[in-house]
Amino acid sequence: MSSSASSASTTAHPPGTHLAHHFQTPAQQFEAAVQGMWLFLATEILLFGGLFCIYAVFRANNPEVFEYAHRYLSKSLGAINTVVLLCSSFTIAAGVRCAQLGRSRQSATLLGLTLLCGLVFLGIKYVEYQHKWKEGLLWGHHYRPEHEASTSLHAPPEAGTADTPTTASPLADPDAPLATAPAPTPTDPDAPSATFAPPALAPPGLRGATAPLPELTGAQRVHNVQTFFGVYFLLTGLHALHVLVGLGLIVWVALRTLGGAFSPLYFTPVAMVALYWHLVDLIWIYLFPLLYLIH
Amino acid sequence: MSRHPTDSDQPHPPLGHVVPLPVLVLTLLVLLALTGLTVGVTVLPWMNLGRLGNLWVALLIATVKATLVALYFMHLRYEKPIIAIILCVTLAFVILFVGLTLKDTREYQPSIQTYRAADPTRYAPDLYNK
Repeated sequence: MSSSASSASTTAHPPGTHLAHHFQTPAQQFEAAVQGMWLFLATEILLFGGLFCIYAVFRANNPEVFEYAHRYLSKSLGAINTVVLLCSSFTIAAGVRCAQLGRSRQSATLLGLTLLCGLVFLGIKYVEYQHKWKEGLLWGHHYRPEHEASTSLHAPPEAGTADTPTTASPLADPDAPLATAPAPTPTDPDAPSATFAPPALAPPGLRGATAPLPELTGAQRVHNVQTFFGVYFLLTGLHALHVLVGLGLIVWVALRTLGGAFSPLYFTPVAMVALYWHLVDLIWIYLFPLLYLIH
Repeated sequence: MSRHPTDSDQPHPPLGHVVPLPVLVLTLLVLLALTGLTVGVTVLPWMNLGRLGNLWVALLIATVKATLVALYFMHLRYEKPIIAIILCVTLAFVILFVGLTLKDTREYQPSIQTYRAADPTRYAPDLYNK
């Protein structure tokens, strides 16, 4: 808005109030801004609501995937990030309070503290992402975990291949596997399972056709773990993007505060950026237990 | 920062509600305590309420935290009712959206279970639900 035109048209209020011509008082202008900002935040909630819906469906269908895969997220790093974000929410709320009271220097200091907290949050997020990237804990077919050989509870796919000398060629060593369990299972009588490769190694089209060999049912492995990391990166990635945007906005209002652009009658950008930042905090309040604290 | 908000030296009444600093500090402390609680219930073995119970506890604590942030940090308590109406309607639609989708998902569960039971090597039984 052009401040010169608005201040010229309104003589009742001092310059620097930025009162637009279609508002009668700064209070009315501020209330309209607050209402508009909340409407925008509502659309943000709906946006994240869609992503939470994806999360809910995936978790309802694959609870074991979420309970298995969340162990690769650091609970302590997530908790530290939660504390950092809560503190930043406090500092920016206190910054708005100072702006309301016309204490620009304190307001700028508190905005700077908020900026610092946001940078710490993103730094920790970077460390977490880097760790996932190195370990191959990514979405979709990028999921190539390097850790699985070291985890003892969950049999890695390499263990399945280690079993294959006994299962893939039962004719070569006929005593041991056939003595423990007969190859054709009674549930699927017409499946020629003895001549096929084990299901875990067979091409996808053969998995349904071959009856599972009893040796391989012991190798219990959680499948579709990549869905968890897909949801994880989608949710935290969009959230981190919001943090990044919020940090840019905080720099902007902090610089304007230092430049003396705001007064107790006009600090709308500070209050609106603070509302946006609080929403980022709100989203994280739900993301933290839903992703890191599954049990 | 130590001055009381009422003794500020401005001619106009401040725009919006000036939340007293002790209220903001108290809100932060409660939020931090609730964060400790939501982590704590995952660590303490006797707080294990099962898969669904734990999820509801986590969501309950998160909702209390979110309510505190909205009421005091975001000034919702001091705003006009229209703001709360906007928020509540939005949340109602999110709950409707997620809830109906979950109901729909549940309808497909029997066929999913049948599909998985046909291939126990690929889909391990519930290892982690104890």
